[in-house]
Amino acid sequence: MLRMIGQRLMTTIPSVIGVIIVTFLLTRVLPGDTAAYFAGPAASPQAIIEIRSKLGLDQPLPVQFVSYVAALVKGDLGTSLTTGQAVTKDLAARLPASAELTLAGLILAMAVALPLGVLAAVKQGSWIDHLCRIVATAGVSLPVFFTGLLLVYVFYFILGWSPAPLGRLDVFASEPPRITGLFLVDTLLARDFETFRGALAQLILPAVTLAIFSLAPITRMTRASMLAVLGADFVRTARASGLTDGKVIGTYAFRNAMLPVVTTLGMVFSFLLGANVLVEKVFAWPGVGSYAVEALIASDYAPIQGFVLTMAILYVALNLMIDVLYGVIDPRVRLEG
Amino acid sequence: MTAVPLLEIRNLTVEFATRRGTVQAVKSIDIGVAKGETVAIVGESGSGKSVTSYAVVRILDRAGRVAEGSISFSGVDLVAADETQMRDLRGREISMIFQNPRAALNPIRKVGRQIEDVLLQHVQATRATAKDRAIEALSKVKIARPEERYDAYPFELSGGMCQRVVIALALACQPQLLIADEPTTGLDVTTQKAVMDLIVELTRERGMSTILITHDLGLAAAYCDKVVVMEKGKVVDTALASEIFRNPRHPYTRRLMQATPRLGTSLADLLPDAPQTVPAEARTAVAEPKTVAKPGPLMQVENLVKEYPRAAGGSIFARLLGKGPGEPPAPFRAVDGISFSIARGETLGLVGESGCGKSTTSMMVTRLIDPSGGRIIFDDTDIGAIPAKQFAASPHRRRIQMVFQDPTDSLNPRFTAERAIADPIMRMGAFKGRDALRARCEDLARLVGLPVELIDRFPHQLSGGQKARVGIARAIALDPDLVILDEPTAALDVSVQAVVLNLLDELKGRLGMSYLFVSHDLNVVRLLCDRVIVMKTGSIVEEGTAEEVLGDPKAQYTRELLTAIPHPPL
Repeated sequence: MLRMIGQRLMTTIPSVIGVIIVTFLLTRVLPGDTAAYFAGPAASPQAIIEIRSKLGLDQPLPVQFVSYVAALVKGDLGTSLTTGQAVTKDLAARLPASAELTLAGLILAMAVALPLGVLAAVKQGSWIDHLCRIVATAGVSLPVFFTGLLLVYVFYFILGWSPAPLGRLDVFASEPPRITGLFLVDTLLARDFETFRGALAQLILPAVTLAIFSLAPITRMTRASMLAVLGADFVRTARASGLTDGKVIGTYAFRNAMLPVVTTLGMVFSFLLGANVLVEKVFAWPGVGSYAVEALIASDYAPIQGFVLTMAILYVALNLMIDVLYGVIDPRVRLEG
Repeated sequence: MTAVPLLEIRNLTVEFATRRGTVQAVKSIDIGVAKGETVAIVGESGSGKSVTSYAVVRILDRAGRVAEGSISFSGVDLVAADETQMRDLRGREISMIFQNPRAALNPIRKVGRQIEDVLLQHVQATRATAKDRAIEALSKVKIARPEERYDAYPFELSGGMCQRVVIALALACQPQLLIADEPTTGLDVTTQKAVMDLIVELTRERGMSTILITHDLGLAAAYCDKVVVMEKGKVVDTALASEIFRNPRHPYTRRLMQATPRLGTSLADLLPDAPQTVPAEARTAVAEPKTVAKPGPLMQVENLVKEYPRAAGGSIFARLLGKGPGEPPAPFRAVDGISFSIARGETLGLVGESGCGKSTTSMMVTRLIDPSGGRIIFDDTDIGAIPAKQFAASPHRRRIQMVFQDPTDSLNPRFTAERAIADPIMRMGAFKGRDALRARCEDLARLVGLPVELIDRFPHQLSGGQKARVGIARAIALDPDLVILDEPTAALDVSVQAVVLNLLDELKGRLGMSYLFVSHDLNVVRLLCDRVIVMKTGSIVEEGTAEEVLGDPKAQYTRELLTAIPHPPL
């Protein structure tokens, strides 16, 4: 197992190097002049040139790249010009927010999608199968900003059940002591149940929005993969040996059907992590997605590079986790590793 | 056998709902199985023999249902029983063994755990005793080192071993009735014998009744008391095994018997009375036989070797520390220096059990993979020296063609029969325009006895025998000199096999081809081949004319193979 993880890590090195080069070049070819933006609309050309040389932007590209990589090795992702903070600090502050939202959305989606997909496959053609189809189609055809706004309209504006969609915590509440960065976990660790409730109330609507969107692929994949496994010979053997339906479906069919579902989960997770900008915007969620978009609009190189690099590394780590999970589920994969 | 029947099937009709309305897969059949009796249900594909057994255990798939009749098992009405009652019967009173044992086991659960599941389900063991009982069950089916095998996954076991595990699973709860659905199809003859002997020994020991579902009359005769012959959903004949072969009453039984290759029959004997494999008008239609001009063998294989590297042992840490195995492990020799020759117009049989290297040999001779050593001289050229990747462009490619084992899987499902036959012509033949190509395909179809009106159909619209004919037509489309036949009839019913074998024999004579016939079925090899090579673990153990090798074998291994074949009493 260790050997497999080691080998998989080795193969990711070239892709990380590629990501570093590509993000560097991409941010350089994007239109917009950082120095001009930073100097403000009233700045004189002289001032802009000064700022440019201060930022090192007057150097040739290779020189800029070398200094970028040299800083990177030291763990320095540069400084954001808009927030004035180190990018690593900004990301460290915002990544847990995105992670908490995405994880909550994904767990919610799994909690609905897996049983729904399994039931739809077991009772093929029944009302639950049709429900599964409707949920999947609706979830994927409603854009997240629309679902998000609709939920806010209904549950905050009309019913008043949920708090104002303004970030992770009520403005007057204080943040829990920072341990993992996930508010739900930190408040529990600090035994601060009131803040926990507050954080949960803030989290529910955006998480549901994400969950509705990611329901579709998980449900469909679970259903298809369960159907294939239920038709397999070994399920027939299990039935013919008198095992209960619960045992046949739970232990025999479901575990075998998990492999493609795990792959889909990984894809959905990495997609959500980077792409939930719209949800973050609607709910004023201080995540990395909105941070990157703001930096992009300001032609602020360092945060964009930092964001893309972080995403790439997260993606690599996620894929590694999925590979390990494969080995746990399927002994045949262990052998090949 | 006058005892009260353990299982009694009366007037059973099973229907399947399909898109074209309901289809009766089984039509009012009566079968009785007495206590301790072994009954064979024999029939070709589509005869309803498996459906009958699924109806007994009530594991028909969603579309199927018992439309009429009754099934009673020691007084219990299985058609009317509720699902809880059925679940208690399955595995505890009635067990099943299936074809393709590896697929019949859960691939990601230890085999020991799978046996435990059944034991616990039927309260034959507690959590504390389950492991010991599972190991005991494994040792009963004569699995060596059962404690270790308990932790094995199905993919770590051989096919025969997997079937033993399936038997252990089926017999773990001491059922009264065992239903074995083609338990040895796809296994080697020696493995088949071992598995069948084991089933008979264990069931006899416990006084169990057995239903053996098979397409193999020899197997049915060798191991069963009573034989039930089914055709198209109906029982056409029921008789004692000792009588049915001596004195087959029903014409279908007689046809089945006739089509089964046995000692002392010839190819033509396999066919029903009117042997017309190739329609008369086609006999004059195509292809003059090639004039056999050059002397000497068509193909000469010298000292052929194929090696595969073994997986390196030792962990990465051991190797990093320099403590790994000193030298890399010796490569695995799949084919270990064999030499043989094929004369012009000859059929050479290549016989052996799975893993003996016969498929690797045929792939090298067909130039689909590269040999590790040795020479393949084809008509004075060493084609072994041409890399496999470039051989497709070689002028010799069209002279060596292949007929594959599975007629369904070896046809592109999106190609019509005509397109499949035309494929090699379009790639390698002189393309003479659409009409000429069509005419050539029709000629070829006629030549292989495929009705011309069928050549616009897709593979799924053709029967197994028709698909086999398409595969043969494709192989002979370029007028090859050598055709490699890789178990061409293994997936076919005996009656279809008889026709296809006769067709192959006739085509060889008419087109002046040579065959390399790869097979594990010695009876078929005896009928079709002039000379035979017997392979074992990559080497040739015996070689000679078909009569010599199969009539009076010299090598111990050949004798073992021959005695393992079940023969119907003559």
